[in-house]
Amino acid sequence: MLERLSQGPASVSELGKPLDMSLAAVLQHVQILEASGLVDSRKLGRTRTCSLRAETLRSAERWISERRTFVERRLDRLGEYLADTADQPGGASPAAPHDPI
Amino acid sequence: MSDRSVIHDTFAIERTYPASPSRVFAAFASKEAKDTWGDTGGLDEAEPATGPVEFDFRIGGRERFGNVYQGVNYTYDALYYDIVPDERLVYSYEMYADGSRISVSVATIEFAEADDGTTLTWTEQGAYLDGIDGKDAPRLRHGGTSEMLDGLAKYLA
Repeated sequence: MLERLSQGPASVSELGKPLDMSLAAVLQHVQILEASGLVDSRKLGRTRTCSLRAETLRSAERWISERRTFVERRLDRLGEYLADTADQPGGASPAAPHDPI
Repeated sequence: MSDRSVIHDTFAIERTYPASPSRVFAAFASKEAKDTWGDTGGLDEAEPATGPVEFDFRIGGRERFGNVYQGVNYTYDALYYDIVPDERLVYSYEMYADGSRISVSVATIEFAEADDGTTLTWTEQGAYLDGIDGKDAPRLRHGGTSEMLDGLAKYLA
């Protein structure tokens, strides 16, 4: 199903055609793919058209948002670290020498 | 068709910590501190990779390490350009995934005294290269996609 959608949007009945499945079963699969964020679908008249979610599949965008999340998690941990070391005199650990060049 | 692509992105994150600028700065300045909270500390499901490890916190110094995350070997290679104690850090870094260069970024970390401690602003400007979206993408994407598919499998169960 995902392979078919990677070629472009398709209706639910088009998706079901090569698969030996009832329309209801195909629709159920589409709903699962939608819930997992892989697929978007919208109803146009009497047909439901499905497409791959570009942002899920575009790995660079995924990577950038992961990178941002990663920095946010690190800064959360920095906060915990600063709280844990708050009562140590002179801070967490001696700062490394910062040689001016 | 060419596999080459560049995507540019800038993000900025701001946090305020109830600690003096010198304490927040110190958390970046030593390997011991940074191992506790930083890139190499507490990364879930990651295991350290073999490869050069370096922490040379001075202008012109390098910081290098790697991790294996979801089967992909990530390598980080940074160079410090500007270090103003208790105020600012500027460094560049490259990221590699299984040997492909996937991004080159400039990170600027500013520490400003605030009423209730220190406001840290982390700004990253990056060029994200074809290693992510190019011919190696299916392999490199494996991590994120398999995570997503695990979710799908759970949902289906």
